[in-house]
Amino acid sequence: MAAPMLRWCCLGRRWVLACVDSGSRHGRGAAIGFTSSRKRGQSSVAQQPLITAQKSRKGEHKWAAVVGLEIHAQISSNSKLFSGSQVRFAAPPNSLVSFFDASLPGTLPVLNRRCVEAAVMTGLALSCRINKKSLFDRKHYFYADLPAGYQITQQRLPIAVNGSLAYSVCAGKKPSQVISKTVRIKQIQLEQDSGKSLHDELRSQTLIDLNRAEGQLRVDANISVHHPGEPLGVRTEVKNLNSARFLAKAIDSEIERQIHELENGREILNETRSFDYKLGCTMPMRDKEGKQDYRFMPEPNLPPLLLYDTASLPPGADPQQVINIDWIRERLPDLPSETREKLIQQYGMLPEHSFALLNEVGLLEFFQNVIKETRAEPKKVTSWVLNIFLGFLKQQNLAVNESPVTPTALAELLNLLDRKAISSSAAKQVFEELWRSKGKTPSQIVSEKQLELMQDEEALERVCHTVMEGHPQVVMDMKRGNSRAINKLIGLVRKATLSRADPTVIKEILEKKLSS
Amino acid sequence: MWARVVRLGFWSWGSWRRGFTSKADPQGSGRVTAEVIEHLERLALVDFGSQEAVARLEKAIAFADRLRAVDTDGVEPMESVLEDRCLYLRSDSVVEGNCAEELLQNAHRVVEEYFVAPPGNISLSKQDEQEPFSHN
Repeated sequence: MAAPMLRWCCLGRRWVLACVDSGSRHGRGAAIGFTSSRKRGQSSVAQQPLITAQKSRKGEHKWAAVVGLEIHAQISSNSKLFSGSQVRFAAPPNSLVSFFDASLPGTLPVLNRRCVEAAVMTGLALSCRINKKSLFDRKHYFYADLPAGYQITQQRLPIAVNGSLAYSVCAGKKPSQVISKTVRIKQIQLEQDSGKSLHDELRSQTLIDLNRAEGQLRVDANISVHHPGEPLGVRTEVKNLNSARFLAKAIDSEIERQIHELENGREILNETRSFDYKLGCTMPMRDKEGKQDYRFMPEPNLPPLLLYDTASLPPGADPQQVINIDWIRERLPDLPSETREKLIQQYGMLPEHSFALLNEVGLLEFFQNVIKETRAEPKKVTSWVLNIFLGFLKQQNLAVNESPVTPTALAELLNLLDRKAISSSAAKQVFEELWRSKGKTPSQIVSEKQLELMQDEEALERVCHTVMEGHPQVVMDMKRGNSRAINKLIGLVRKATLSRADPTVIKEILEKKLSS
Repeated sequence: MWARVVRLGFWSWGSWRRGFTSKADPQGSGRVTAEVIEHLERLALVDFGSQEAVARLEKAIAFADRLRAVDTDGVEPMESVLEDRCLYLRSDSVVEGNCAEELLQNAHRVVEEYFVAPPGNISLSKQDEQEPFSHN
């Protein structure tokens, strides 16, 4: 079970995922097995009217699309939601399964305290109202990965409702053109996850592993279109989208499809569809013809879940058996918006840079570690981390924690640059070398490759003088005010010094010589 | 809670008798249509199989319907018989699992520590394979 990952996607288009979800999992595409009380922190997402102006080719009314997301996020805990089996990826099949997880008769669900705390934290982080009383229900359907024949969820009265998430979208090509939007969170609920099914087409069978379902984050999208002012249209559900990029594509293509159908006089069926990545469009899912009837009923084995705050905490209660919302609220870590604000205040960072630092797992920590160990200006550090460091990571598709360059190494490099021991282009060379060959320090590389900047100003002046004498025409152009001429001279001097001279210093010397 | 039950008890006596006699024809009202039967069979994977089974269902529904005779205006619905109990919170430690071998012994077929299930979703046997039963 993974933590409800509030993952932020600053997508180029219009979307952003609010985490939240609700339960209806039942995506069967790659699915998953059943069972076990896994728990999924889910919260259901809100509706966000989107105006898609593109398809009104006949000059008709504009269409508005309404999209709701159900986001299933696994909670990070040691054991499962309703049983004491371990939560772990990549374990031998069915090894993390208790009798309850296998739905053996006579077993009962026992609620995991940590999961409730995680759900409350998520609700608070998303500005929801936490329901002091919430209820568990059974949602019935048949699938091989759900041995009980039902999933324990919170349909009637979930643990948190009515929240919101503020996010930013790039409004234009420039990274600074960022606008702020809000999406409503309808509810957050705790629910079991199923197991994993592996479909064996060849032998016409399905293999079931009840350890846990795949994926730490899954999204289902509910999409409908209508003309503004008119009632909402029939919605379709697109299931099991696992990446933000495909989610956006799937939603866009489904909106287009619905508009196309309606404009051609056809109707939209209330059905479940899946996204075909290769074709780039949604297709109906065979298994899901007709509306599902889940026959919700209260979970008879679980009393209502009661939460307290400091004011309502019963005196003398066993602390292990009560959950205090205020206590959890006080211990919430900084939310991303607070962290970004601090970065902007503390380092004079541009907002778009603060977003970029928080968008990559581990990048903020990396940045802060470099800042701790370097004398260089925060702006310099920001630029190096976001442009050069991140660039290398992306090129080789690595995560921050897989980086061959440590914060200490980068800090040392920036120190060398800061005291002008090396030039900026030399620094980049050193970085490349650091990336390639682990274990060497920047200083070592600098001396190995002889990249130290010439400190001897007199020697540099002599080189400038020689170059100027050797290229009288260029000097003439320079005197006439041709700015390209001076750059040419700088280039020549740099070549002559084997790139060991700082271009700004060269420029100063040349200009001084010229005016004398 | 006890007071509530007692109150209901009083009311139900009177209305129960009224309700029972007002249901003039237990057979006639509450017929379950063929569509509903099909729907139930698909949802619950049961096989009604015969007219007797449907009739038994209808009688069961009529029996349960007598609850409607109770006047519940202004009474909070009961969520569960456990609603006044405390929900026990377990601490987040690993205390179970690691019994794959035992669990797999229950399975009819096993492939390398996986349970084996038929492909796709569980489906009903086709309509024509079922015994047709009339439903008037």
